[in-house]
Amino acid sequence: MLDWIRGLGRGGFRFFETLGRANLFALKTLVGIPAVLVRPRLLVAQLFSVGVLSLPIIILSGVFVGMVLALQGYNTLVDFGAEESLGVVVALSIVRELGPVVTGLLFAGRAGSALTAEIGLMKATEQLAGMEMMAVDPIHRVIAPRFLAGFISMPLLAAIFAALGIYGGYFVGVGLLGVDEGAYWSQMQSQVDLYDDVYNGVIKSLVFGLVVTWIAVFEGYDTVPTSEGVSRSTTRTVVYSAFAVLGLDFVLTALMFGA
Amino acid sequence: MKQSKTTELMVGMLIAAGLAALFVLAMKVSNLSSYSEQSSYNVIARFENVGGLKVRSPVMAGGVLVGRVAGIDYDNDRYEAVVTMKVNQSYDRFPDDTVASIYTAGLLGEQYVALDPGGSEDFLVDGSEIEFTSSALVLEKLVGKFLLNSAESGKK
Repeated sequence: MLDWIRGLGRGGFRFFETLGRANLFALKTLVGIPAVLVRPRLLVAQLFSVGVLSLPIIILSGVFVGMVLALQGYNTLVDFGAEESLGVVVALSIVRELGPVVTGLLFAGRAGSALTAEIGLMKATEQLAGMEMMAVDPIHRVIAPRFLAGFISMPLLAAIFAALGIYGGYFVGVGLLGVDEGAYWSQMQSQVDLYDDVYNGVIKSLVFGLVVTWIAVFEGYDTVPTSEGVSRSTTRTVVYSAFAVLGLDFVLTALMFGA
Repeated sequence: MKQSKTTELMVGMLIAAGLAALFVLAMKVSNLSSYSEQSSYNVIARFENVGGLKVRSPVMAGGVLVGRVAGIDYDNDRYEAVVTMKVNQSYDRFPDDTVASIYTAGLLGEQYVALDPGGSEDFLVDGSEIEFTSSALVLEKLVGKFLLNSAESGKK
């Protein structure tokens, strides 16, 4: 029994240690960001691997999520003779919720895991230590560009997801199910508010981008430098990111729309 | 680090596509187009009851959007609601005996202010007050009246 409580205490200590390290690490990374801005080529390379390579999955899922929403929404709305509101349903659910959240989850799976694995392997093969030997700060050279790239790409990807989702909904709703085209857009425009809905969606995606990339680079940097350690860190990145995205989404939604 | 032109091109395209998507969201999906700050003039109207009228509710004349509600206040001295409306400058020919009424779009739709032009020669200008108003219909009052009437007619 006493052992069990002690185990709990040790777990608590470890948790707070990790949290503290993660925060210190984030601080160092933020300090390192100006160093990236003077060498934009590092950033461009990371934007390519984090952002551009995530683009296909974002495009595909955006279109399909929009199409499914239109199909489901239509079936429910047509019972009330309110299928003109389809545009509102699709746009609000995508712009407010699904855009940032699904993009965040996909981003964690596609880009976050890759970041962790890459940085973890760099650590396992002692490339990070090698950089330090050459007086190159790995945080400036390796971590900060990746962090910044994730932070920049995430809102862009979420916006692409949302726009394509709405066009996917348009394709199914107007093209296949015969909702009036004018009603689809005009109802949407009258109900979706730029500040309340679009801006808040962008803020959500910014927050998710920050958190997911932070978790990914930290897990990579903090990994146990063995092949097993890297694999565990990669798993943890995806799990923690999904957890953080869904949890934060609730908090942000409560703050933005709950009042 | 060797960096091919393709990489830079692709990153440029990502950023352009992202910004374009944001632009689409702002212009096509949301109501930004109606935010456009056209020059407008303020008109106030006093109502007994504004019902479910909200800031940014539409102001219509003949079913056409001519402005938006800019503010709703309560006048503590006259016990009336004061509604400030921003009417687009291009519609500056409303006679000063225009009637402002609060109607509901559809049975359960949102409420809006309807302007019915009168016959006066003088026009509403910035800051003028619409004197003739009719308040929002409150559904509960109507139902109450209806029940009262039917109860009375039932007695006879």
